[in-house]
Amino acid sequence: MASVIVHPEKELKVVGTSPLRPDGVPKVTGLAQYGADFSLPGMLWGKILRSPHAHARIRSVDTSKAQALPGVKAVMTSKDLPDQKFEYVGPERVAVNFWHMTRNIMAREKVLYEGHAVAAVAATTPAIAEEALKLIEVDYEVLPHVIDVDEAMKTEAPLLFEDMITRGIDPPPKEPSNISKRIEYKMGDIAAGFAAADEIVELSFKTKPVHQGYIEPHATLARTDADGQVELWVSSQGHFVVRTMVCRLLGIKTADLRVHAAEIGGAFGGKTVVYVEPVAVTLSRKSGHPVKIMMSREEVFRGTGPTSGASMTIKIGVMKDGDIVAADALMKYQAGAFPTSPVMNGLMCGFAPYDIPNVRTIGYDVVCNRPKTVAYRAPGSPISAYAVESTMDAAAKKIGMDPLQFRLKNIAKPGTQLVYGAKIAHEGFAETLQALQRHPGYTKPLGKNQGRGMAVGYWFNGGGESSATVHVNEDGTAVVATGSPDIGGSRASTAQMAAETLGIEYERVRPIIADTNSVGYTQATGGSRVTYATGRAVIGACNKVIAEMCARAAKIWKIDVEDVIWEDGFARPAGKRAGEFPPLSFKDIASKRTATGGPIVAASAINADGQGPGFAAQFCDVEVDPETGQVKILRYVAAQDAGRAVHPKYVEGQIQGGVVQGIGWALNEEYIYDRNGKLENPGFLDYRIPVASDLPMIETIIVEVPNPNHPYGVKGVAEANIVPPMAAIANAIENAIGQRLTELPMSPPKVLAALDAEHRG
Amino acid sequence: MAKVHVTATLNGNAVEFLCETRQTLLQILRDELHLTGTKEGCGTGDCGACSVTVDGRLMCSCLILGAEMQGKSIQTIEGMADGEKLHPLQRKFLEHAALQCGVCTPGVLVAAKSLLERNPDPTEEEVRYWLAGNLCRCTGYNKIIEAVLDAASEMRRA
Amino acid sequence: MHEMRYEAPKTLAAAVSLLAGASGQARVLAGGTDLLIQMRGGRVDPELLVDIKGIPEMTSIVAENGVFRFGAAVPCMELVEHEAFAKAWPGVTDGANLIGSIQVRGRATAGGNLCNASPAADTVPALIAAGATVSVVGPKGRREVPVEDIATGPGKTSLARGEIVASFLLPRRPPRSGDAYLRFIPRTEMDIAVVGAGINLTLDESGVCSQARVCIGAVAERALLVREAAAALIGTKVDAEALQRMAAAVSAACRPIDDKRGTKEYRIKVAGVMARRAAQIALDRARRKN
Repeated sequence: MASVIVHPEKELKVVGTSPLRPDGVPKVTGLAQYGADFSLPGMLWGKILRSPHAHARIRSVDTSKAQALPGVKAVMTSKDLPDQKFEYVGPERVAVNFWHMTRNIMAREKVLYEGHAVAAVAATTPAIAEEALKLIEVDYEVLPHVIDVDEAMKTEAPLLFEDMITRGIDPPPKEPSNISKRIEYKMGDIAAGFAAADEIVELSFKTKPVHQGYIEPHATLARTDADGQVELWVSSQGHFVVRTMVCRLLGIKTADLRVHAAEIGGAFGGKTVVYVEPVAVTLSRKSGHPVKIMMSREEVFRGTGPTSGASMTIKIGVMKDGDIVAADALMKYQAGAFPTSPVMNGLMCGFAPYDIPNVRTIGYDVVCNRPKTVAYRAPGSPISAYAVESTMDAAAKKIGMDPLQFRLKNIAKPGTQLVYGAKIAHEGFAETLQALQRHPGYTKPLGKNQGRGMAVGYWFNGGGESSATVHVNEDGTAVVATGSPDIGGSRASTAQMAAETLGIEYERVRPIIADTNSVGYTQATGGSRVTYATGRAVIGACNKVIAEMCARAAKIWKIDVEDVIWEDGFARPAGKRAGEFPPLSFKDIASKRTATGGPIVAASAINADGQGPGFAAQFCDVEVDPETGQVKILRYVAAQDAGRAVHPKYVEGQIQGGVVQGIGWALNEEYIYDRNGKLENPGFLDYRIPVASDLPMIETIIVEVPNPNHPYGVKGVAEANIVPPMAAIANAIENAIGQRLTELPMSPPKVLAALDAEHRG
Repeated sequence: MAKVHVTATLNGNAVEFLCETRQTLLQILRDELHLTGTKEGCGTGDCGACSVTVDGRLMCSCLILGAEMQGKSIQTIEGMADGEKLHPLQRKFLEHAALQCGVCTPGVLVAAKSLLERNPDPTEEEVRYWLAGNLCRCTGYNKIIEAVLDAASEMRRA
Repeated sequence: MHEMRYEAPKTLAAAVSLLAGASGQARVLAGGTDLLIQMRGGRVDPELLVDIKGIPEMTSIVAENGVFRFGAAVPCMELVEHEAFAKAWPGVTDGANLIGSIQVRGRATAGGNLCNASPAADTVPALIAAGATVSVVGPKGRREVPVEDIATGPGKTSLARGEIVASFLLPRRPPRSGDAYLRFIPRTEMDIAVVGAGINLTLDESGVCSQARVCIGAVAERALLVREAAAALIGTKVDAEALQRMAAAVSAACRPIDDKRGTKEYRIKVAGVMARRAAQIALDRARRKN
């Protein structure tokens, strides 16, 4: 790793080191318990029946034969779920509509995609449950379907919802369509901007939906009591989110549903909603037994959310000196079977790295007969960045400017107005680009059939609601309880921040993820928010512990608390009492808790804002096989602003992981449908995520421009890294073969076709 | 349904179990013997999360029937550490931060151990190809490869 | 759900009689890397599984005077690790070393690969190019059959009820012989061949190609032995021009379909490329073997 620190801070002891993760040993010995690893006495196995059709009306569902099969203890359909009010709840960017959600969990009037859940059973063995599914008779009236976003927008397209009127158009259209929403942002004078431009570049792009591809399929275990109390073990990014959704979907009192966060086997946004959880609870209630549901990999691909595929057109006006004077974008994102896609994020993030005076972005949210999309790492931003950053490259080429220099010339700075209303509030973009520019590889000569490409990426990062509780033990250790499921090492980073704040050794802090009844409300692990927002809650609770520690010391010394200070893990008499008593350590005070007032506990809760945006800049070298179109990644260099890297090795890991997901998205990952709208590749054999032998080492450059709103300068690091790769690779391929690929994935047949076009042309 | 009685060796200890003929070794390990360290990621041999060795050979336990295990010696992740003493690979995975979510980790460790038993001094490329059957979606494989190479180097010196 | 019987006979005769006497669907279980997936997906639902891995002829590798006989149930990893075999038949070894992952190769067998009858099977083109035969044992006794006569179409074979492919026989090689197998996949591992090409050739003392066999996979309903492609090499020094004519003959013989793994056009084009590259490797290997 290379590291660039822009503003050196005071020396920290624990933050900035890479200690072993506190939850590591059980994960290398096989003892860690993930979603599917929990069992209870008397437990049943739940299985879900799924639609074989992409679009069909459900005439009837007959479960009587399944119900009669020996060993079957419960059968359910959508009739067992209360219907929900049609309303969008929450901020527009992440609005939820429970009318849609309950229909996605179990189809009611229609099935809207192949794999849509229709019924479920619980039985004494998995084999009996499977057998029972075959006995459920569903009478379908098969309807025409639509898979592609451009097709779905046509007036003659089959409608998923016969009454859906596009939101965001005034006056509202009279006819229903598959367009759920139109969104437009603009600033400046777009027409004048293009009129003044020396050169205009306009390109159109298409991307395919891609799956998050976590290795652990969805799994849950539910237990219900006759008095209405429910306990759930979940593999989720947010056990509080599961609680909110399941309570609302099933009408359970919030205090009666206790949700435990199991270890989670990858998620990347895909485990921020519920699928099997309300089904398991319903089956458990109906049968009186605990119920476990594990999805198969095939169910994961057919029934859970990818991120959107899209169709986009980008237009950029530039001056010969490199100034961008106008930018226009049209982005059509697939939402899947129900609104809402992350098109709004795409519109907001696409041009956000740049200072451009005249900008317009227009987006459409479009439903089609595919699984409902769900968040995937920086949701929406990688899609628009592929289009925008490819067009930026073409613009730089047109005026004969180095693409990195071109971006640096136009980079957004603190105070830059963005099209969606916000102003850039943080430094870090230019510093990150400059760090990439200084990498010796950026100017290294290339060989035959090789090319180099670069791109940048922007992501909001998240703040939001988090809680933490710190318990001090009599031996001077501390337990830090948070409500943030740990996917990639956040227990390590929160323990580090706690140790740093308290002034004790990292090894004396035991971080845990408490269940929903044991710690305050905490939003999901997503949006790169945990180390920032939950970190601030932990630091807040630690500061309260310190205040209490000082009070206890004052009590022991019989002096005023104002005369006690906390320094490097010790209470010291200060001010007029300075030097009167030897300092008391954290452990000394902890051991005297009974005599000084009892247990030492502090809780802190926060609704954090002020997170710095994530920014990534990357370049890669590729080699194209001219006879097969296969693209090999020779080198990949990724720079990212981390604010401050609390655990540098895990920051590198986030960057490397995000880049490699982007490489898969760029080169091979796609859903392949047959003419009936059935998914042909619902498995890891033909949904091709990168394997170890496909890749070089991913070189990382951690740039540290501290975030003034976090005590240790933290900015979230999990997502910005997946934003640039598709464009960086497209730009490198263009550099190698002289042809721009405007459709993802850039798989060998497409590259070979482009090469043939080059030879013909 | 008549079950098959199987006696085998599991992590060095004698074990016997009854299995339905359709049950896979993975299901036997997880659901009957309660060793849940071996994970199901796909059930079709495409991800390697269920990797075990049978008579010293690396395999996907989802592609083996329990009934085939009569007289066989099975090694799973639970048998890798010696009591509280971690195997060098386990230690190096922690030191290198070679796991994020950790769900692929048991399979990767079992596969890496099998590699180093055959080839104590593999190149980066050899490690990458040997582990190509173990999907990891979190790490980009970087730190996994580094940890295996470092463990190999330490084991050669030992 | 009906009961599925599992049997592990110790002799070929016992296996044959189990298979021939089964009342419902019976399947041979070798590595199980295709069968178990088909069972999981509900595509096959056998009444009887006959695990043949306890039968000595089916699990051993025997070399005699340059002739190799290996059991149809020998896992690919064992074949790959057999030094004498890998030295004699590097192209067949290439094929066995490309199936799935290390884990899959620990179980998968050439016999299963052949009898599963996928047009994209990786060991089959190399074995056909090698001129391998199989020993088929059934209720009517034993017969020796060229490998290319087993698969008849996707999932279909010429085997009669109760017949088992027991072992493969690879002939003694003349000096200056080399073989190779190459396939195209989008990733570097873990994929099914989009196209595959197996080449086996022999040079005379002056470096002229005296014998050649060219077989391509995943471009038709089964692996194709392309005699025109071999003819383009025989009598030449396997120079660039001969390789180009051979590649053109390969492409001309392709009759692929469009599917999720590749288009017709792409397969036809890349089949020629793979065949040419494989021939170059086979040539280099032949030149090293005097």
